Amino acid sequence: MYRIVEKRVLNPQVKLMKILAPRIANKALPGQFIILRINENGERIPLTVADCDKEAGTVTIIFQEVGKTTLHLGQLKEGEFLLDFVGPLGVPSHFDGYKKAAVIGGGLGTAIAYPQAKALKERGVEVHAIIGFRSKELIMLEEEMRRSSSRLFITTDDGSNGNKGFVSDVLKALIESGEGYDLVIAIGPLIMMKVVSELTRPYGIKTVVSMNSTMVDGTGMCGCCRLSVGGKTKFACVDGPDFDGHLVDFDEAMRRSVMYRDEERRSLERHICRMEGMK
Amino acid sequence: MQDGGDEVMPNMSLQKVAMPEQDPDIRNGNFDEVALGYTPENAIEEARRCLGCKNKPCVAGCPVYVQIPEFIKLVEEGKFAEGYEKIRETNNLPAVCGRVCPQETQCEQLCVRAIKGQPVGIGRLERFVADFALANDLVKKPEKPQSKGKKVAVIGSGPAGLTCAADLAKLGYQVMIFEGLQTPGGVLIYGIPEFRLPKELVRREIETLSELGVEIEVNTVVGKTASVEELFNEGYKAVFLGTGAGLPQFLGVEGENLNGVFSANEFLTRVNLMRAYRFPEYDTPIKLGEKVAVVGGGNVAMDAARCAKRIGAKEVYIVYRRSEVELPARVEEVHHAKEEGIIFKLLCNPTKILGDTKGNVCGMECIEMTLGEPDASGRRRPILKPGSEFVLDLQTVIVAIGTTPNPLIKDTIPGLETNRKGCVVADEKTGETSLPGIYAGGDTVTGTATVILAMGAGKNAAEAIDRYLSEKT
Ligand SMILES: Cc1cc2nc3c(=O)[nH]c(=O)nc-3n(C[C@H](O)[C@H](O)[C@H](O)COP(=O)(O)OP(=O)(O)OC[C@H]3O[C@@H](n4cnc5c(N)ncnc54)[C@H](O)[C@@H]3O)c2cc1C
Ligand SMILES: Cc1cc2nc3c(=O)[nH]c(=O)nc-3n(C[C@H](O)[C@H](O)[C@H](O)COP(=O)(O)OP(=O)(O)OC[C@H]3O[C@@H](n4cnc5c(N)ncnc54)[C@H](O)[C@@H]3O)c2cc1C
Ligand code: SF4
Ligand code: SF4
Ligand code: FES
Repeated sequence: MYRIVEKRVLNPQVKLMKILAPRIANKALPGQFIILRINENGERIPLTVADCDKEAGTVTIIFQEVGKTTLHLGQLKEGEFLLDFVGPLGVPSHFDGYKKAAVIGGGLGTAIAYPQAKALKERGVEVHAIIGFRSKELIMLEEEMRRSSSRLFITTDDGSNGNKGFVSDVLKALIESGEGYDLVIAIGPLIMMKVVSELTRPYGIKTVVSMNSTMVDGTGMCGCCRLSVGGKTKFACVDGPDFDGHLVDFDEAMRRSVMYRDEERRSLERHICRMEGMK
Repeated sequence: MQDGGDEVMPNMSLQKVAMPEQDPDIRNGNFDEVALGYTPENAIEEARRCLGCKNKPCVAGCPVYVQIPEFIKLVEEGKFAEGYEKIRETNNLPAVCGRVCPQETQCEQLCVRAIKGQPVGIGRLERFVADFALANDLVKKPEKPQSKGKKVAVIGSGPAGLTCAADLAKLGYQVMIFEGLQTPGGVLIYGIPEFRLPKELVRREIETLSELGVEIEVNTVVGKTASVEELFNEGYKAVFLGTGAGLPQFLGVEGENLNGVFSANEFLTRVNLMRAYRFPEYDTPIKLGEKVAVVGGGNVAMDAARCAKRIGAKEVYIVYRRSEVELPARVEEVHHAKEEGIIFKLLCNPTKILGDTKGNVCGMECIEMTLGEPDASGRRRPILKPGSEFVLDLQTVIVAIGTTPNPLIKDTIPGLETNRKGCVVADEKTGETSLPGIYAGGDTVTGTATVILAMGAGKNAAEAIDRYLSEKT
C-alpha cells in the first residue's frame, strides 16, 4: 500500500499528488513513469514521475481527470492509500551534448515536460519553454516552468490570456527569428506532437516526443503499447516513452489511441452514476 | 503390499474413474471450472487402482518427486488431509499441479497400469486431496525451521520462484520474493484461465508459503525498481532468477498493429489478471469482435480461444500451420476446445491482416500449407501452397506463437550469459549461471515449458544454493 502524503489542485482538471514509495523515489530519472492501481477492481494506468524527493521517499505525480481512473484518483484524500504503485519504468531521457533546447508542453503534457525542462536546465542547457492550454483557467505549472527556463511562452487556444495561438506557432516564430535550437522536446496530444515534428523536420532539429500509448503491464510483457518507429515495431513502455518524432508513425498511434473509447465512456458513466447514487 | 492388514483387492478396471465435467454448451458461456473434481467415493475407487509398486516407476516421472504410492495409499484409506501433507513434503502446489501438470508425459506415462489400459489418475487424486484439505481448512501449519540467518532473493513468483523459495525457507533461509506484477503466481495468475485453474486456489496455496516464512514484495520490477547488484548490497547472499519467458512474439506480417490484434499475453493478462471478463465491474476492458482467430496451436492458443468464446465471440478459429497431430497443446485441451465449439483451421498460416479505413481489423488473409520432411524439431515442416490464399472474415486476431524471456534481466546483470534466444544459460541440475551466487530456472532458462518442469528447476536450484551458502562459511 502506498500512502498519499500530499495533494494539491493545480487547475480545475489537474491535480498533483506526492506518494510515499521510497524505492522508486530513490531511482527515478526524468522521462520515466510509474504504473498505479487504486484498488482491487482498478485498472493499471501509467503516469509520469513529475518529481521525486529521495529524502522524504516521495514520488510526485500530476494528472488530468479524463476518465474513470483519473477521476477516482482525484477524489482520494491525503492519508489514503493506493493499492499498487510500480516503477520507475521506461528509459530515462537522454540530455547529453545539447546546448539550446525548446521544451514544449501541450495542456497536460506540460506536467510531463516539466521534469525534462528542469533536468536540461540543471545540466546547463539553455531552455526555452513553450506551454499551451485551451484557456486561461487551465494554465498550470507556470512558476515551475519559469524556474526551469530562460524564456517562457504561454499560449491559449482561445486567447483568454491575451496570447492566442498554438504552441507550434510560437516555436515556428522562434525558429524563424533565428533561435538555433539543437533539441526540441514536444509533449502533449498526439496531433500536437505530430505538427511539431513536421515543423522541425525541414530544419533538421532533433525532436523528441513522449508517446502515451495505452499500457497494461508497462514492462514489455503484453505489446499493448506498441507503435511503429522508423518502420519498426517498438514497445512504448520499454523502448520509450521518448522517441524520435521524425520517425514515429503518428497516424497509426492516433488510430490505436481510440481503440477503447466506447468502453472508457461506459466505465466513466458507471462511476459517475455510482457517485451520484452515494450522495 | 506389505502392511499385513486387510488385503483389499485393487480395482482392476482399465479405465480411470471418469472426471465429472460441466456440459460444453453451458461452460463455454461461463468462467467456472470445467472439470468438477472427484467425490470422496470417486477418489477412493481410483486410488484402489494403484498397485503400490515397490520400485515406484511413476515417481521417476515427477520432477519434484511426489511420493505417489504413499499418498495414494492414504487416499485409499480415506485419510485425505494426510495425503495432501504427504504430497506437500516435496510439492508446495498440489492443487495447481493436479490440474495443470501434463501428467500424460510425466508421472502417469510411467505408471505400470498404463501398459494395459489407462494409468492411475495421479493428477486427479492430487487435485482431489488438495481441494479437500483447502476446502475443509485442514492444511497443517508448518513448523518454522531453525534460522540460518542468511537472506536469499528470489526474482519472480511463478512456479519456479515459489518452489525455490519454499524449499529454501524449509532449510532455514530468510527468503524474499520480488515480483513485478501486483499479484504473485506468474503464469498461474496472468496466463492460465480461471476455468482451468481457479485463482482463489492459487492464492491459497501461495499463502501456505508465507506460513513457512517466505515474504513476497509485489510491484517490484528487478532491473528497474532495484537491480540484482543492489540486492546483493542489501545483504542477500544468493539470487534465484525465476523470471519466466514473458516477451510476446508477433507474426511480422502486414497489418499487425491494427486495432483488434493482440498478443495472447495481452489478451490473457487483461482477462485473467485484470478480470476484463467482469468489465465494467472491474475497470479493465477487452475489445473483442464477433469473429476471432487465434494464431498458434499450443496450450496458450487453446486458452485464448476458449476465453474468447466465453467472453462472447460467436465464432472462434484456431489457425495453425501444421496438422492436428503436430498441435503442441495437450490432447485434453484440444478435446475441450473442440467440445466448446472452437473451429480448427489447420494447415494454414496468416500472410496479412486486413484493416478498414478506421484502422480496425476486418479480415485475415491466410495461405494453405502441406507437410514436407521432418525438420530439426522432428515435426514435419510446413510448406506453402502457392496461389491458395483465402480471406477469413473476422474482427479480432490473437497471436499465440510463443514468447521469449524479457531482456530486462539480461540487460541489467552485466556478465550474465544468455543464448541466442535470450534464455539464461544455467546448469540443468543446479541452476548455476555464469555468475557466482546467481541461479536460474524455469521458463527463463528453457523457454516456455511446463509448470512442473519450472518447479523441478526451482527445487534443484534451492539445493544448490544451500550447498553454495553452506560451503561459503
Ligand atoms: C508513459 C505515460 C505517461 C503518462 N503520464 C501522464 C501524466 O503524467 N499525467 C496524466 O494525466 N496522464 C498521463 N498519461 C496518460 C494517462 O495514463 C491516462 O490519462 C490515463 O490512463 C487515463 O485513464 P482513465 O481511466 O482516467 O481514462 P480512460 O477512461 O482510460 O480515458 C479517457 C480519455 O483519455 C484518453 N486516454 C486514455 N489513455 C490515454 C493515454 N495513455 N494517453 C492519453 N490519453 C489517454 C482516452 O482516449 C479518453 O479520451 C501517461 C500515459 C503514458 C503511457
Ligand atoms: C496461457 C498459458 C497456459 C499454460 N498452460 C500450461 C499447462 O496447462 N500446464 C503446464 O504445465 N504449463 C502450462 N503453461 C506453461 C507454464 O505456465 C510455464 O511453463 C510456467 O509458468 C513457467 O514458470 P516460471 O516460474 O518459470 O515463470 P512464470 O510463471 O512466467 O513466472 C515468472 C514471474 O516472474 C515475474 N518477473 C519477470 N521479470 C521480472 C522482474 N524483472 N522482476 C520481478 N519479477 C519479474 C513475472 O511477472 C512472473 O510473475 C502455460 C502457459 C501459458 C502462458
Ligand atoms: S506434481 Fe505433476 S508430475 Fe508430479 S506427481 Fe503430481 S501430477 Fe504428477
Ligand atoms: S506406477 Fe502406477 S500403479 Fe504403480 S505405484 Fe505408481 S501410480 Fe501406483
Ligand atoms: S505495456 Fe505491456 S508491453 Fe508495454
